[in-house]
Amino acid sequence: MNAPLTIPLQAKDFKSDYKPVWCPGCGDYSVLSAMTKALAMLDLRPENVAVVSGIGCSSRIPAYTTCYGFHGVHGRALPAATGLKVARPDLTVLVASGDGDGYSIGGNHFLHACRRNVDLTYIVMDNHVYGMTKGQPSPTTEPDWCSKLAPGGTGVREFHPLVIALASGANFIARAFSGDPNGCAGLIAEAVRHPGFSFIEVLSPCVTFRPEQRGWKDRAHPAPVAPTDDPARAARRLMSDDGFNIGVLFKGNRPAFSAGSTQCGQMQDLEKAFQL
Amino acid sequence: MKPKPRPAGQYAEFMARAYTLELEATERYAQFAEQLETHNNREVAKLFRKLADIEALHAKRILDEMQWPSMPALPPAYAWEGAEGPETAPLDAIHYLMQPYHALEIALRCEREAQKYYEGIAASRAPKQVRDAAREMAAEEAGHVTLIEEWMRRVPRPAAGWDEDPDPPRMNE
Repeated sequence: MNAPLTIPLQAKDFKSDYKPVWCPGCGDYSVLSAMTKALAMLDLRPENVAVVSGIGCSSRIPAYTTCYGFHGVHGRALPAATGLKVARPDLTVLVASGDGDGYSIGGNHFLHACRRNVDLTYIVMDNHVYGMTKGQPSPTTEPDWCSKLAPGGTGVREFHPLVIALASGANFIARAFSGDPNGCAGLIAEAVRHPGFSFIEVLSPCVTFRPEQRGWKDRAHPAPVAPTDDPARAARRLMSDDGFNIGVLFKGNRPAFSAGSTQCGQMQDLEKAFQL
Repeated sequence: MKPKPRPAGQYAEFMARAYTLELEATERYAQFAEQLETHNNREVAKLFRKLADIEALHAKRILDEMQWPSMPALPPAYAWEGAEGPETAPLDAIHYLMQPYHALEIALRCEREAQKYYEGIAASRAPKQVRDAAREMAAEEAGHVTLIEEWMRRVPRPAAGWDEDPDPPRMNE
């Protein structure tokens, strides 16, 4: 019997008919475009991919793809995605979040997802603000960013997600910029290919509440050094990072978590323990 | 699936690049049209749709000229001088209250960038066939610049405060 014929898909095949409702000019459009390009580059099919998200502008993304999607609870995208990947290791699982959803409400889950090293790709669209709820400062907002909602700034130092990810055990760490959708697509594809927990922070400007972020296009630059697999070296680089180094910054070699690696017995034995 | 063969020679490579340049511009204009349709700025959305159609025609013309049934297999993304192709408008160039004049300003900038790009290749040490093709394309882009400039003269210039919205959909309270 002949093998079924598979036709390579294009980025547009991963886009659904739902039109995004982000503000015109929002960086998240570009991330959606990069994500669909990456899935096409990886020669995947929508039925073999799940996109899981939390709450926020960026978390609308699952509906805009033709993949399986789960638009979940605020900050809880990672636990849902972890469960899905462990139960269905055959699926490629992408997790989408923003700086508020991912680093504040879901901050604790972020640490433990890095530590567990389940084979997920975590894409955080970082615009340093809570856009959907109209411009409150987020964990990555600069302490002196002055707005109506934070007169004089918060005075609180920013969260450093890449350093936190490294310290917590993420196996792949990269930074992308939405102003470079082709580069961003390449990084997402590389992150998916890399085993274990891959974390990509995408600088994705909020043109409504942080219009000055349009200037990020002049600040983003390729990382001057090749990625390292040495966490100590990566830590030094990330700690002195200017926040605009674009590229893969750390590529570890920890084996990814698998449900079979915990030696906790067969499913039948577990089921017996729950019998009344 | 067996990958398609790469087109032979620098001329084919140049034409494939030109095709990608047009395609990226098409996609961006279509993206702008979609964004403005969502935000009910139908007039400008229609204009961007038209610009996307024009760029798609240019792309198709390259395929026809090269007798390629589809884009030949090449690296998925070119390393342009900037992050995107010279004729691709920056994603953050639009505003939900923008007017046709603004859209044409964007198109004008893109056409000028494309013209500059081809002029650079025409003046380079590339093979003669590539330089000739680049010269031809630069002239074509210069023609588009003139067309858009004429178009802009027929469109009203936005008044000061065009982006002021007395009831903005998004503002911090």
